[in-house]
Amino acid sequence: MDYKATLEKAADFFSVHSGSGHFWYQRVTAVALVPLSIWLIVLLNKALNAPYADTVDWLSSPLNTLAIITWTVAVVYHAALGVQVVIEDYVSTIPVRNLAIRATNLIFLVLGVAALLAIIIILLAR
Amino acid sequence: MVEFTLPKNSVIKKGKTYKAEGATNIRHFEVYRWDPDSGENPRIDTYEIDMDQCGPMVLDAILKIKNEIDSSLTFRRSCREGVCGSCAMNINGKNTLACTKAISDYKGTVKIFPLPHMSVVKDLVADMTHFFEQYTSIKPWLTTESEAPAETERLQTRDERAKLDGLYECVLCACCSTSCPSYWWNSDKYLGPAILLQAYRWLADSRDENDKERLDELDESFKLYRCHTIMNCTDTCPKGLNPAKAIAEIKKLLVERDHL
Repeated sequence: MDYKATLEKAADFFSVHSGSGHFWYQRVTAVALVPLSIWLIVLLNKALNAPYADTVDWLSSPLNTLAIITWTVAVVYHAALGVQVVIEDYVSTIPVRNLAIRATNLIFLVLGVAALLAIIIILLAR
Repeated sequence: MVEFTLPKNSVIKKGKTYKAEGATNIRHFEVYRWDPDSGENPRIDTYEIDMDQCGPMVLDAILKIKNEIDSSLTFRRSCREGVCGSCAMNINGKNTLACTKAISDYKGTVKIFPLPHMSVVKDLVADMTHFFEQYTSIKPWLTTESEAPAETERLQTRDERAKLDGLYECVLCACCSTSCPSYWWNSDKYLGPAILLQAYRWLADSRDENDKERLDELDESFKLYRCHTIMNCTDTCPKGLNPAKAIAEIKKLLVERDHL
């Protein structure tokens, strides 16, 4: 198995090759995050004030499960796209730029997968 | 990386002061001076101008300096009425055309610099080579595939013609592009507001039949998408145009074509 190629593939997970695709997905995730982030405030309020079991119960209703998964995917994708723009703006040395973009993509991919796994584990454990 | 510090030879020194002897109505003009042949650092020369003997526009003052005080001052000018775009420069911190800007719009000293973040050829003359190469790259001419009408020109309705308003007036002075931070950092690849407004001018033209290729050319993360809607372009345009809107229209066309 070619680990290097697999790693590169993983690092390219978020990359969109057309400019308009990048622009469009950034807007779509931004708009999606408006209602989802309001929902997140409700979740945080619950998580900080209600007992753990109540919060997990609340989270395990289908709509709330869908919301937390969608929020996680949208926020990680939006962040990866956003950081890529900043790197493209300010890092002009091409190899350094590509490396930096791949590194951030990889970090956000790992964060996203870890967050999704955590959600699944919490919900399955109840 | 972006460079935030100036190389030693670009640090600006204080230059000479030219007094207006016997004048009562005096305005001060500080002008950026740099002569590549002298090997010296750039300097700021101060000129006192007798406003009783000078026209109303900033270009009038610069011409007075050139004609009567210091003939070595170098700048571009031609039409003196905002049509040629030659006398674009940075006046009191904002890019504009010296010929259409009244001296009375400014209080105190008038500070005149070349367009920002451009290589300087001499004094107020910026090197526009790359800017015009970028202009050429968008093919700023009518491209058609259909047969030309035998008896008439390619006609437009009034509505089709109206779509070019706010676009055709651009004189390519580069005030907008050189006010754009994205263009400062990435002008090697980013086309900048002036050229993108021109690109949209041809996309908006009902007679042009090359939209697909024009959009394909622009659908790239650097040429178009370095625009982050900072709006300096629209704020500074001496012709009152809105390059930021033209860029947004191109982005809309691409999203409509490829994603909706």
